[in-house]
Amino acid sequence: MNDKPIKLIDKKGIRLDGRKADELRPLKLQVGVLSNADGSAYIEHGKNKILAAAFGPREMHPKHLALADRMVLRCRYHMAPFSVQERKSPAPSRREVELSKVIREALEPALFLELYPRTGVDVFIEVLQADGGTRCASITAAALAIADAGVPMRDLVVACAAGKVDDKVVLDLHDEEDKLGAADVPVAYMPSLDAITLLQMDGILTPNEFQQAVEIAMSGCKKIYEMQKEALKTKYMVVKDIEEKEEEEVEE
Amino acid sequence: MPTYFEKKQLVLPGELLAEGDYLPGENTYLEENKIYAQRIGLVDLDNKRVNMVALRAFYVPKVGDIVIGTVTEVGFNGWTVNIKSPYTAMLRASDVLSRPFKPQNDELSTVLNAGDLIVAKIATYDRAHDPQLTVGEPGLGKITRGQILNVVPTKIPRVIGRKGSMISMIKQETNCQIILGLNGIVLVTGKTLEDEELAINVIKKIEQESHTSGLTDRITQMLKENKVNVEEP
Repeated sequence: MNDKPIKLIDKKGIRLDGRKADELRPLKLQVGVLSNADGSAYIEHGKNKILAAAFGPREMHPKHLALADRMVLRCRYHMAPFSVQERKSPAPSRREVELSKVIREALEPALFLELYPRTGVDVFIEVLQADGGTRCASITAAALAIADAGVPMRDLVVACAAGKVDDKVVLDLHDEEDKLGAADVPVAYMPSLDAITLLQMDGILTPNEFQQAVEIAMSGCKKIYEMQKEALKTKYMVVKDIEEKEEEEVEE
Repeated sequence: MPTYFEKKQLVLPGELLAEGDYLPGENTYLEENKIYAQRIGLVDLDNKRVNMVALRAFYVPKVGDIVIGTVTEVGFNGWTVNIKSPYTAMLRASDVLSRPFKPQNDELSTVLNAGDLIVAKIATYDRAHDPQLTVGEPGLGKITRGQILNVVPTKIPRVIGRKGSMISMIKQETNCQIILGLNGIVLVTGKTLEDEELAINVIKKIEQESHTSGLTDRITQMLKENKVNVEEP
């Protein structure tokens, strides 16, 4: 690391990438981008670029992994070799295995697992470009992919991180803030049920700061939730528009 | 006890639909006296029941349903059939052959081979067991001619129409035999290719516009127009 500590927040309270403390990075969400998957979504969260694809529910393969009383959710979080500055080996690393589990557990409460015993839902998450907070962006995209696949859900899951940088609690850390900052608190949240499905903390925070971090992360989630809903609606609105055009043609 | 939606509004998973004295219908769920959506779809209120037609869904077997499936594997005493559902179905050899079945005497692949399409009825199914099919009724069995069409399974009721009004109209106007598999696969058999194509286009149109009002009128019109076109030359 650098010997000279970098100022991550300037005197005016503006961060390295020009954001205020409670500002999200620009977000772009798209649903149904892959035609071979049952459901899919693409997210650009700042410089993060992530694809998520969902399959199922379908018969579990290998069969012995199926559970007699519930559906199984499998997640694979994978970073492309070109997703970071130094080439990343395509083999799953310790971190990827862990994140796969963390993401799975963040999504599971949103599904009605008991409804379809002996089946499995597979979610594949491919990080094309990483810039901090990929687990959160992955959860947001994966939830959209599952909804797009037609799997019943309690609610869409949204995730967003907060953290402590230069003694200040800020929303949505990017890569540098994540590495040089004091703490990182990713939160996954189901807004209409007001339920948190993932809560992690890396670093040191006082109880007060922690509470503050969770609160602003949740407010960030709510903003992303609106965009998530918008993205899903756009896909199915396009279907509606085509119909209306056809109707006009019929009338002509 | 308010409801939070307009008729046929597009809703997303987790959207609050109603509160209080309502019943959760299809694709919705109840939690703490509130009804939420489970899927992407269009909501409707039927008496006190909040119902939803899903725009994306998969087929879940139900005993008594007529389905259309593809034979994927020939086994020792039956066939495995893909019915476009999370569960693969089984068809027992003793159900197809009317005489007693002996694995050494009968070559099952001569009766039904992998890749064959069949119309069948779900005989048994529950949470613990994969569905079993039966073809022991008139109208069921191997499909020998016609065309296959895939639709979203939840749209099948719309193709049938109220008390079968829609489907009987299509059958009459196109002179086609139509079998609707409740798993979202439709078989259309007509005398000519044009008849079949017309019926398929009509069903596709119904699938796409299932949520718009006045659909029956537009379909009637479409059928009539095309009939004229066919007769003119």
